[in-house]
Amino acid sequence: MIRSELIQKIADENPHLYQRDVERIVNTIFEEITNAMARGDRVELRGFGAFSVKKRDARTGRNPRTGEAVEVEEKHVPFFKTGKLLRDRLNGK
Amino acid sequence: MSDKTLTRMDLSEAVFREVGLSRNESADLVESVLQHMSDALVQGEQVKISSFGTFSVRDKAARMGRNPKTGEEVPIQPRRVLTFRPSHLMKDRVADGNRRQG
Repeated sequence: MIRSELIQKIADENPHLYQRDVERIVNTIFEEITNAMARGDRVELRGFGAFSVKKRDARTGRNPRTGEAVEVEEKHVPFFKTGKLLRDRLNGK
Repeated sequence: MSDKTLTRMDLSEAVFREVGLSRNESADLVESVLQHMSDALVQGEQVKISSFGTFSVRDKAARMGRNPKTGEEVPIQPRRVLTFRPSHLMKDRVADGNRRQG
């Protein structure tokens, strides 16, 4: 399923809404999650899962081609942990 | 970093502000987005949200695990797990937003 298919499903269920409003609704949800993580916040959606930010420490990496050591700066990466309800549903429980 | 936790309520508040539906209807729409995504994943479908990321379901084989406390071997049943791969755009925005100043 891709974004446009998700929008279509919501639009089909809500015939009283304009398609462009459904698009704005769906886009707002994903935008809000990304914005939260960009601020370092967590987004916890019970039953579905939680989005959080993990810190990766600075390290000395290596250029795999030349073997040369390179300093890699500390950075923050997005992380998702599946919620219990969804994890159980995936396994037919 | 502000270290806050957002919930469904914050997402429906954002929808409420953005589209001007009632708070109730905004909350229902957030729920139905999550529901449709979950249903697709339970069907084994991949959910690909451009510029956000991709959720996919992977099958894990059975293996022997170990109880870390007792050292006892326990069989782990085959299972399906969900993985999320953030888009480049999300990775960049999260990295940029959390970069230490200076």
